[in-house]
Amino acid sequence: MLEIENLHARVDGTDILRGLSLSVKAGEVHAIMGPNGSGKSTLGHVLAGRPGYTVTAGSVRFLGQDLLALETEERARLGLFLAFQYPVEIPGVSNMEFLKAAVDAQRDYRGEKPIDAVTFMKNARETCKAVDLDPAFLKRGVNEGFSGGEKKRNELLQLMLLQPRLGILDETDSGLDIDALQVVARGVNSMRSPERAFVMVTHYQRLLDFIEPDRVHVLAGGRIVRSGDKSLALELEARGYAWLEDEVA
Amino acid sequence: MPDFMRLALDSAATTAPPWLQDYLRAGRQRWEGSALPTRKTEQWKYTGLQALQQSYLPADMGATVLADAGVDLADFGGFRLVFVNGHYAPEYSDGTLPAGVSLVRFANADHDQAARIRRHLGEAVGREQPLFTALNDAALAEGVFLDIGASARVEQPLHLVWVSGNQGEAFSVNQRLLVLCGEASTASVIEQYVGARSEQQSFTNGVTELLVEAGATLNHYRLHQEEAAAVHIGRVHARLGPQATLNSFHLALGSLLKRVDLVVDHCGPGAHSEVNGVYLPRGNDHVDYHTCIEHRVPHCTSTETFRGIIGDEATAVFNGRIHIHRGARKTNAQLTNRNLLTSTRAEINTKPELEIYADDVQCSHGATVAQLDEMSLHYLRSRGVSRARAQVMLSFGFINEVIDTVRCDALRDYLRVLLSHRFARDPAFAQVAP
Repeated sequence: MLEIENLHARVDGTDILRGLSLSVKAGEVHAIMGPNGSGKSTLGHVLAGRPGYTVTAGSVRFLGQDLLALETEERARLGLFLAFQYPVEIPGVSNMEFLKAAVDAQRDYRGEKPIDAVTFMKNARETCKAVDLDPAFLKRGVNEGFSGGEKKRNELLQLMLLQPRLGILDETDSGLDIDALQVVARGVNSMRSPERAFVMVTHYQRLLDFIEPDRVHVLAGGRIVRSGDKSLALELEARGYAWLEDEVA
Repeated sequence: MPDFMRLALDSAATTAPPWLQDYLRAGRQRWEGSALPTRKTEQWKYTGLQALQQSYLPADMGATVLADAGVDLADFGGFRLVFVNGHYAPEYSDGTLPAGVSLVRFANADHDQAARIRRHLGEAVGREQPLFTALNDAALAEGVFLDIGASARVEQPLHLVWVSGNQGEAFSVNQRLLVLCGEASTASVIEQYVGARSEQQSFTNGVTELLVEAGATLNHYRLHQEEAAAVHIGRVHARLGPQATLNSFHLALGSLLKRVDLVVDHCGPGAHSEVNGVYLPRGNDHVDYHTCIEHRVPHCTSTETFRGIIGDEATAVFNGRIHIHRGARKTNAQLTNRNLLTSTRAEINTKPELEIYADDVQCSHGATVAQLDEMSLHYLRSRGVSRARAQVMLSFGFINEVIDTVRCDALRDYLRVLLSHRFARDPAFAQVAP
């Protein structure tokens, strides 16, 4: 589904990714761990096409297409979803309108008519319940005045409404208490399917107690320096990252 | 003074009631004795008056049928009075006046009413009459006096519509509105200027005086929806007594030339004003708001928020003055103006002006000009929304925050639909809870 080869990327003149390769198959859940500054979040932003993140070498294929040649919205319509670590606040634009515009854009791409308002509202309210978010948040400005946890749940709400082929969760667990973490895990687990894959970027092993990964990768210095099964995450939890960075150096 | 208004002024002089004739003469004297402002006149630095180089004929009502002209009259659920090309149009006016409100058309005023109008007309504008208000006086054949009785509580909005219909040749319309809110009364007045969907050339000069007496609250709305070749140079001048409150909302869609001067005089201690507005010129439109908040006495507060979205090759001007007079201590005055340019050829000239002659006051102002936020655009696009639609959503969001300040539910809903269509959005989803 996702084939990343020798990816190099630069932000503000600094090389952050330096030869990252990763292969994710449909149905799999991958965890990407690593110390601060290793390039974890950059990977998600590069895949989503954030302005200012420049790819200098390498290739990314997603569902058989050259992902890097596509506009941000085209990537999304193809089925790529990035749950932001820091979701953007947009006062004046209602969350409900934002969600419907997103759903309709993807339906339009598939040649379907816009979803009717009543069905959409019903779906949105039910999904709110599933992610433990008060439906009143649908009428607020997008992420406006939401707490950190509410923003993360709003990302999860979008993930569940949009049903992407690939979900990239950028530190969705950071700043969440254990109850909220379980809400996120329930949501993601309910969406796991043979057609869908997840890449979870996380600093801590904690999230992986609730969402069991097929593969765990360690990112350091802009490259994946070790891959393994979930036991690697436990080893990292016990020993930290320093030994790996030493080994690589 | 060039005589582009001569025919219209002659016509007004023959139709105005006798008790108004001295106003007409004084206004005409001042008008004809002055020169048109030029770009060298500070108040007109960014707004040219080339549009006034042609002659404007007196307006006739002609055979304008609003439906044919593409004019939909809004219904805000209360009393509605409609004028077409400056002439009262009973066939489009409906509703009954609420208790405690008297409405008189100048043309119909009886002796006592005329005396009352004469007592208050010009009271808000004052003696140092601006040039285009003198022109308004000089052409004063018809006007509306809204007299809200003391302690009246008027729930439903009083809706006045001025339509510029089709007439063929360029014509001018003169409008005057005088609102007197008696002590401790509460009322809402909507002034709406709409135009036919055509290239009809017209010049409207709409002057409104708002007298808000002690303890009264007036919710005032002035909507400029004329488009295309319409020219409007107008003025709203409010005078607030002790503990009086004015909430005034302004909207200007663009046209060839729109200039609105807004003055709020805080004349009684404890008076409060909230003034909000949005302007949305596009194409080759030009919109100019000059606002002036006068704090003459202590313990008054004012807040002012204007936002503009300027597209294509349109130009806009916002000049926001706050004048705190000597002795007006404990004044709190806030002003913000934010602008969004959606094209590299769009232009905004924004200037806050503070003049403070009193101690112990709080006063703040700010003006910004920006493009759409790249990160917000990216966030919307990362969910599959196209760049074009994301731009529209963000632009609407920018003004939607000001629309939310409209207190009249029916009007707020109307504006949301109007602007949603302008921004091609689904109004049902555009509502944002506070």
